[in-house]
Amino acid sequence: MYEKNGRKYFVVDEHVHFWDARPENRNKYGEGFIACFYDYHRNLSPEEWVWPKEKYDKYSEETMAHDLFEVGYVDKAILQSTYLLDLFPGGFNTTDQNAAFAEKYPGKFIVNGSFDPRDGEPGLEAFRELVAKYDLKGVKLYTADWKGQSKGYKLNDYWSYRYLELCEELGVKNIHVHKGPTIWPLNRDAFDVHDVDHAASHFPELTFIVEHCGLPRLEDFCWIATQEPNVYGGLAVAMPFIHSRPKYFAQIVGELLYWIGEDRIVFASDYAIWQPKWLIEKFVDFQIPEDMQSELGTISDDQKAKILGLNAAKLYGIEVPAELQVAESKEDVAIGSEPVSVA
Amino acid sequence: MTTEPAVLGALTGVRDPELDQHLVELGFVSGVDVDGSTVAVRLRLPTYYCAPNFAFLMAVDARRAVEALPGVEVVKIFLDDHFTADEITDAVQGGQTFVEAFPDLADDELGELRTLFWRKAFTARQARLIDAQLAGGRSAEAVAAMRLGDLPHDEDGERCRELRRSLGVAAEPDSPAFLLGDGTPLTATELPRFLRYARLVAVSLEGNAGLCRGLLRTRYDLTEEEVAV
Repeated sequence: MYEKNGRKYFVVDEHVHFWDARPENRNKYGEGFIACFYDYHRNLSPEEWVWPKEKYDKYSEETMAHDLFEVGYVDKAILQSTYLLDLFPGGFNTTDQNAAFAEKYPGKFIVNGSFDPRDGEPGLEAFRELVAKYDLKGVKLYTADWKGQSKGYKLNDYWSYRYLELCEELGVKNIHVHKGPTIWPLNRDAFDVHDVDHAASHFPELTFIVEHCGLPRLEDFCWIATQEPNVYGGLAVAMPFIHSRPKYFAQIVGELLYWIGEDRIVFASDYAIWQPKWLIEKFVDFQIPEDMQSELGTISDDQKAKILGLNAAKLYGIEVPAELQVAESKEDVAIGSEPVSVA
Repeated sequence: MTTEPAVLGALTGVRDPELDQHLVELGFVSGVDVDGSTVAVRLRLPTYYCAPNFAFLMAVDARRAVEALPGVEVVKIFLDDHFTADEITDAVQGGQTFVEAFPDLADDELGELRTLFWRKAFTARQARLIDAQLAGGRSAEAVAAMRLGDLPHDEDGERCRELRRSLGVAAEPDSPAFLLGDGTPLTATELPRFLRYARLVAVSLEGNAGLCRGLLRTRYDLTEEEVAV
């Protein structure tokens, strides 16, 4: 919970990691991966929040719990399992590892699992068992994940649909989609989110949370999200711009509010790339700059409260104390207009 | 014999297809070596994992641009510090296609990808040009009535003309200045909706370019001024 000027905010951090990127758990591709993550961290964090590389490779459970819950205002954090087994042989962070960690902090974490459509038929059964074992309500899918010769998959592949059907059957309702730089086939734009569009139309009972709101394809994301009511935008990666490039952050938030509305945007720190404490403090203080307000409007405290926690709490059925709720908007707040085609 | 500045000049004609900015201003050229009629160019990118399709296009385009210089016979393009550095360097050196470079991973060449990003770039440039016209006091009607010849000869205006030629869209001085995605002229009625979306595309492209520049500086410990060789 975060409090500022007498106003209280319930906080759900919908995208955090407890990763292991130590030299003994990575090959050269894993080394390149964590180096790239570290550059994001160094480039977009305030200087006093930059960690030494050794700490960044692997931090303790105590460190993470402290950063999120003791100083970071987070009421509930969602551990997004991201295996990356071809880069980190023991797993970057697997469902088992995340669940073992979460067990030590009862009530603080939600653990999301994952599936890989390339595991085919045998993987379906394994996924069913994983869901039962940890009572999963969500998955994280990294479509750029490597598997042997394969450098990625699409959400509207035949096998992806088979797994999503199973998600529907098992009540795994929240599908977090994270795009990366590779996909099959490699000649296509790997960051393209149109496969999410197809999947979201096909599975209206599921919710698709597109991480970093489709960045670097914000326009593609907004385009599909205006048309699919079950598509949400996660603010991982977008959040830290609030410090280094506040004008750009204002543009992102303003555009998201315009195109998809305040009910489908969810906060995330992407810990340990960034820390919730400074992101939340800056976000609550944030306003769209005056010279941009005629185009982008403003953001209210109620909207911030929804984004910081209430929207994600609804998706996951997290109980929120009554005094931290905001009044429901009476009208449809989706202000995005019908998009015009540019292609 | 060519010179280093001439090579750099040629490389200003090569763009990152994703960002619509040229390689030299982005800081992607880390070295140029001229040895008689042989030229070696080293390219670097903001991350180890930048998308290989765009990296391949930049390397191929760089080779073509430098080869076109008088006095140049052999061009070697080296991509550094990238997960497909070897594949791309070898393929571009050997004149291979993208499918040949990544035989099991690609099912087509990169023409469609390039066209898609020309369209995005075109939309973003139009957004900035329209905004400038509106800010200058023109009405929506007057903006929609403009001809290509009325557009300024600044960077956005010139790039718009170039992109129209690349896309095979009418680019005569008396062609309509602004076009919707389907190629039909922009009307005053459609302007607000089109502009809203076109600005979003511009925000996306500019934001992405800003992130790439920042990551490159962090990765190679460069100052703002140091990005170019």
